[in-house]
Amino acid sequence: MSATTLFALGASALVGLGLYGLTIHPEPLRKILAFNLLGGGVFLLFGVVARRGAAAGLLADPVPQAIVITGLVVAFAATALAVALLLRLFKETGQATLRADAPTRTGADGADP
Amino acid sequence: MTVAWAFDAILAATVLAVACWTMAIRDTFAAVVGFVAYGLLLALVWVRLTAPDVALTEAAIGGGLTGVLLLGAAARLRPAQAAAAAETPGLALRLVTGVGCALISAALAAAVLLLPDPAPSLAPAAVADLPAIGVGNPITGVLMAYRALDTLLETVVLLLGLIGVWSLTPDSFWGGVPGPQHPARTDDALVFLARLLPPVGIVIGVYLLWVGKDEPGGAFQGGALLAAMWLLAMMAGLAKAPPTSRRWLRLVLVAGPLVFLAIGLAGLALAGAFLAYPEAYAKPLIMIIEVAKMLSVAATLGLLVAGSPERTPSR
Repeated sequence: MSATTLFALGASALVGLGLYGLTIHPEPLRKILAFNLLGGGVFLLFGVVARRGAAAGLLADPVPQAIVITGLVVAFAATALAVALLLRLFKETGQATLRADAPTRTGADGADP
Repeated sequence: MTVAWAFDAILAATVLAVACWTMAIRDTFAAVVGFVAYGLLLALVWVRLTAPDVALTEAAIGGGLTGVLLLGAAARLRPAQAAAAAETPGLALRLVTGVGCALISAALAAAVLLLPDPAPSLAPAAVADLPAIGVGNPITGVLMAYRALDTLLETVVLLLGLIGVWSLTPDSFWGGVPGPQHPARTDDALVFLARLLPPVGIVIGVYLLWVGKDEPGGAFQGGALLAAMWLLAMMAGLAKAPPTSRRWLRLVLVAGPLVFLAIGLAGLALAGAFLAYPEAYAKPLIMIIEVAKMLSVAATLGLLVAGSPERTPSR
């Protein structure tokens, strides 16, 4: 088995693992984390495809690699936005949960600084 | 097999093990630390996949900046952690989900293994234009010429992300200073590090931008490094986060997309297509875009980590 195939299998496992964490973890921050882990696996699959597409004297196809660089930056922007949403939710309700029936904060617990 | 293969096998196994640990550990803060380790290991995998440009980006953004962002959030959300964790679904649901996710992994693996064997490649098309634009690094060539529109839109997406973060500001703090107040420290290791690293980091960031046209590197990697240095100085209390209402700050943020767009539109008149470069000036134009983009990327990434404004501007 070539190293590229090995990384392809690893990347597939990472996608499944990230998806599991995204579904199972109730904490929103853990979901964001799992989503990034899943993204790492997807990007790695791009890297495997790039490596297989070695041609024109290059060791890998530069197009999927460039797209991964773009993707990493966009994923970061999305993560920052998700974290900002979560922090605002926590500030407003005093909790960090996605439950629809979560009670809103009424007391001074965790009040604004 | 060979030493290199053994290294790859151990690397792949370590990445998987760290990922499993990150998903399984109960404490969120520990999970984020695991995620940072995961990001750095992924950077090694990228090197092994002969993608040093991606490895630099993964280490700087995937591991570094995302790590800082999530660590900060984990620390602030700690009071809510126990209540949220209590909602973990039961064993049966977890089992079903686990089986479903394993099936998805297996299907993905099968799809990759069954890909056609000489694999289709865009490498010849991407390399063909490199001599004309005077760029030696094929990745930079793809980002700046072959798929320049993607890169332009990406800088806009980054800006939109920041606008989204800022729009979550409570009314009373609009235009204020982002993030929590970092107390001024005087004598600990963080301050020492924040004095020692930035001069070196700034030089390396600019170097990455400059060599990016021919060697691994570029505006995103350089910009991420500059952002990290800025954040380090802010966390140590050596630099103050600027109020988001400052005009110079907003100009820096939009400089990259605006310069990119202006040169792209000029291409319409001078070279016959949007985002085309007149051949004689291709290289200097690309470097102008890269410099503007790096400044904007550095400012945007730093402010995305800093978060929504939480303090009133002290004018």
